Amino acid sequence: MTTPRSPDDVSRREFLGTVAKTGGQSFLFGSLFVNTALLRLPQDVATAKAKQETEIGKGVIYGFVVDTTKCIGCGSCARACRAENNVPDGYNRTWIEQYTFYPNGEVVVNSPVGGEAGFAEPPTRNMPAELEKVQPVRGFFVPKLCNHCIDTPCIQVCPVGASFKTDEGVVLVDKERCVGCGYCVQACPFGSRYLNPDTNVADKCTWCYHRVTKGLLPACVQSCPAEARIFGNVSDPASKISHILATNRVQVLKSYLGTRPRTRYIGLDSEVI
Amino acid sequence: MHHYITEGYVLPNQAHIYWTTMIVLYPYITGIVAGAFIISSMHHVFDKDELKPVSRFAMVMAFAFLLFATLPLLNHLGHPERALNIMFTPNLTSAMAGFGFIYSTYLFILAVEIWLVYRTDIVHLYEHTKWPAMKAVYYVLALGVLDISKEAEEVDHKVMVVLASIGIPAACGLHGYVGFIFGAIKANPWWASPLMPVIFLLSAIVSGVAMVMICYIVIQWLNGREVDGECTHALIETAWYFLIIDVALELLELINHAYMANEDWTILKTLVTTKLFVSMFIIQILLGSVVPFFAMGAVVVFKKRIPAAARNLIGVLCGVLLLAQVGAMRWNVVMGGQMFSKSLRGFLNFEIDIGGREGLIAGIVIFALPFVVIFVFSRLLPLWGSVETFPKEWMKEKPPVRQPLKGWSKFTS
Repeated sequence: MTTPRSPDDVSRREFLGTVAKTGGQSFLFGSLFVNTALLRLPQDVATAKAKQETEIGKGVIYGFVVDTTKCIGCGSCARACRAENNVPDGYNRTWIEQYTFYPNGEVVVNSPVGGEAGFAEPPTRNMPAELEKVQPVRGFFVPKLCNHCIDTPCIQVCPVGASFKTDEGVVLVDKERCVGCGYCVQACPFGSRYLNPDTNVADKCTWCYHRVTKGLLPACVQSCPAEARIFGNVSDPASKISHILATNRVQVLKSYLGTRPRTRYIGLDSEVI
Repeated sequence: MHHYITEGYVLPNQAHIYWTTMIVLYPYITGIVAGAFIISSMHHVFDKDELKPVSRFAMVMAFAFLLFATLPLLNHLGHPERALNIMFTPNLTSAMAGFGFIYSTYLFILAVEIWLVYRTDIVHLYEHTKWPAMKAVYYVLALGVLDISKEAEEVDHKVMVVLASIGIPAACGLHGYVGFIFGAIKANPWWASPLMPVIFLLSAIVSGVAMVMICYIVIQWLNGREVDGECTHALIETAWYFLIIDVALELLELINHAYMANEDWTILKTLVTTKLFVSMFIIQILLGSVVPFFAMGAVVVFKKRIPAAARNLIGVLCGVLLLAQVGAMRWNVVMGGQMFSKSLRGFLNFEIDIGGREGLIAGIVIFALPFVVIFVFSRLLPLWGSVETFPKEWMKEKPPVRQPLKGWSKFTS
């Protein structure tokens, strides 16, 4: 038996129906007022822009090889990067690490000001006092930069979608959208990212996206006198980088984290983390 | 942002600490929310009647802290004006993108629940307040709904039970989420752990119970009112149980790191034995866990044989120690994870700022704000019971004693 209803009574079904209808309408209506640019995903915007400017975006996948056996530790790359990209003091989009090995098995790692001034002085900063007079047995330099990972944790964690990957595999930050939470900085296993104190947004190596989409090389590659940095289109079998990748054994940093870096290394030592 | 003094090799971009006081404070605040809400729900949903004297207060406390949970985050953001991007363009692969939705859902549930709990009192005060201006305030607080017939109250109660039941998983979600933010960062060996959300949630409950316990006893003292022995006992007991599970998991986490001794253990070992020695072994473990474990354990074991004064004192002192424990735990996780470099070869010497946007003073001010809200609330509505407990001189006449609804009385009393 059903309870008699007065004309004012609204059944649950009718009530919920009305709520859903009016709610949906006001949501749609409200979204008209939301800046439509907000609803466009940054990768679409950037890729569209790149495609307008150049044909290079088509079928191109960029790659980067660091040949540690060639690096002479001059610091040109880091200086060029700072000049090209306006990198604030105290931060580095690329840097050079100096590894020095001592007979007792001690390894001293240094990167004074990111290695920008070169390594003319012997390593003193992180040197235990007892090693000061000891002749090192070997040493090498390792330039580092963003790995532009294929499965990159920085894009994964960005809460607002400000970190994104272009069609060419370059990992970028939309500085108009970034909220500056710093989560990507924490999530990057390589210390490639920083919060730019001038813009208060996340910042990082872009492989000089503004240059490479115009057919130029990244500033660090351009300025390297030792050809320790090789950049190019890995999907073109005729490119220099494809040749290098085909004829060398390469490694990536922290492969166990499964981020699949696109920056690959020749001559990496197990001490390099 | 400071350039900190470093030891050993620190990656160039890591000579800075990006998450500081505010990011320690934020989980601390949401933790108190979760814990206070659990206390309130233990009475409302799980019929733990001993907690009746604090159940309303606990709910108000949860609400007051939740109101300000976003403030440390907004203060931390490089672009707080873009904060709503997290809801406009949420990146669905990001754990953090859930925050806006989890937070606003929970805030909504809690606001509606408090409103329902207090609705009849608001109407009574609307009818009986001495001051005409306050009449308008109560009218607004009642949202113009002045119907307190038995039928209306019954509807209120039904909705309340549903909301309280959704509220518990929501509270757990809000805080478990915070733990996940850290626990899911594979780049940081000190954070990456599936235990992290559980530890955060349990320590949240510990801190919330501790905060309710301290406030209850101290406010009763200040007002010269008697502290309810059964209630204090139940609070101590609850805090004790949760502390045991919490600390067991915290130690498990540390022991697991040490026993597995992965490549990162070398640096983590140095971290805990030097940089975090005081905050971890002295504050978090010794003073914050071992001491309250025995002191509160005595209350739990000896029950009524413990004199009331001693029990209250233990409640307050252990409450303070538990808050320190949880604060230290947040500090050790958040700051500890940034005091060593991902080069696994170097450390930062972090020094807390006193002034400045993310300094200690800013943190203390933010932490004090919920108490201002609780104070204002206490002038408008009764914190510790129903309207009968409100100061008589504030009302024209004593409101009639309401007949509690059968089976639902715990909500309105």
